Amino acid sequence: MREITVTINGKPTSATVSPRLLLSDFLRQDIGLTGTHVGCEHGYCGSCTVHVDGASTRSCLTLAVQVAGRAVDTVESLAPDGEALHPIQQAFQDCHGLQCGFCTPGLLMSVAELAGTNPECGRAEIREHLAGNICRCTGYHQIVDAVERALVALREAQVDG
Amino acid sequence: MKPPKFAYHAPTTVREAVELLAELGDDVVVLSGGQSLIPMLNLRLANPTDVIDLGGVDGLGDVAARDGGLDVGAMVTHRQMETNDLIASTAPLAQHAAGFIGYRAIRNRGTIGGSIAHADPAAEWPAVVLALDGAITLTSAEETRNVAGDDFFESLFTTAKRPDELVTSVHLAGRFQDNWGFSEFQRRTGDFAAVAVAVGCVITDSSVVEARVALAGVAERPLRCPAAEQALTGPHTGGAAEVAAVARDSFEPVGDSHGSSEYRKRLVFAETHRAVAQALGSDIESIANA
Repeated sequence: MREITVTINGKPTSATVSPRLLLSDFLRQDIGLTGTHVGCEHGYCGSCTVHVDGASTRSCLTLAVQVAGRAVDTVESLAPDGEALHPIQQAFQDCHGLQCGFCTPGLLMSVAELAGTNPECGRAEIREHLAGNICRCTGYHQIVDAVERALVALREAQVDG
Repeated sequence: MKPPKFAYHAPTTVREAVELLAELGDDVVVLSGGQSLIPMLNLRLANPTDVIDLGGVDGLGDVAARDGGLDVGAMVTHRQMETNDLIASTAPLAQHAAGFIGYRAIRNRGTIGGSIAHADPAAEWPAVVLALDGAITLTSAEETRNVAGDDFFESLFTTAKRPDELVTSVHLAGRFQDNWGFSEFQRRTGDFAAVAVAVGCVITDSSVVEARVALAGVAERPLRCPAAEQALTGPHTGGAAEVAAVARDSFEPVGDSHGSSEYRKRLVFAETHRAVAQALGSDIESIANA
């Protein structure tokens, strides 16, 4: 067992973990943040995507011990008070960018990264960026619509702000 | 779908890491970015007694200019390769190829040293190392040695690295920075390459004086194609299709559920054609004769 301290959604958190514990299981079971979904558990589906030091990361391909001293942000960080939706979440709702919702947390975190690194991108780049997030319900069209709308909303918020 | 039990080691220096490697025996794995190793642990394809995590080791994450080329630390991520200015100016082939690796979340964590040590024959880095006349620096408790990329990759997931050695850096030559090409076919975005071709050329007075053509996905290890390199060398005629035809006829790729041998030969032609044309700055001719 190892002692780790991780900043999770802005809050420093200490825990004792087994080295073989995956970050995904650490977040869900030890910390109780069940917004991060576990699909394939070998890095293919993207449902478990979180941010480590601001960069999207498969939490099922990361050991909890590897994030010692780092900052982890999960989907819960997008709407911290649990009430007002983040503009990305709002756009997914408005455009019907989800159906069963299983893949949605991972998609939202991938889109949050895209909004930070390539906020002006078009549909082709959106599709390429989201290639690592599998959705079996929507057929992706509404997801791409939602991301386009979210990027516009975030740009406008930045101009207004 | 969870990693098996293992003893975990988190050294902070290369010295400590290689001493651990020497001490712990053969059933040890080194964790760099973990984007190949952790799936193997989750699927129980790997069942090591010990895992040595390089995440906290100092000095493996730098990119530095040397001898006109670059020394890239083993823990430099694919994403850093994609975004680093020195990589872009000195080894633009490497910068371009990095973008083909997996997805962003994979590139954010996966490392060049990890990929090279893992030696998947369809991975991008081994082919790029061959095309850029690269060399691998291996460090053990006893010595540090450099192995040319041409001698490093031996077979499927098998390299010249001894079990007590660590890949600590990769040298990429800088002389191909003006004339290079890379083309890859993926069945789906982010998949390993069905076939990838990396080309590095040195052109002087409209003549190709040095050519390196490396392919991934055609054999159990990344391979250069000497016949295609010979066809490419000489007065710069822009005959990318001829070079591609030579490459196609040089390999007998094994067919599998993702594509027959014949299909892969056509891919070798198409990807070599694009990569060579890019390196020569010429247009793609019709591939009707592929």
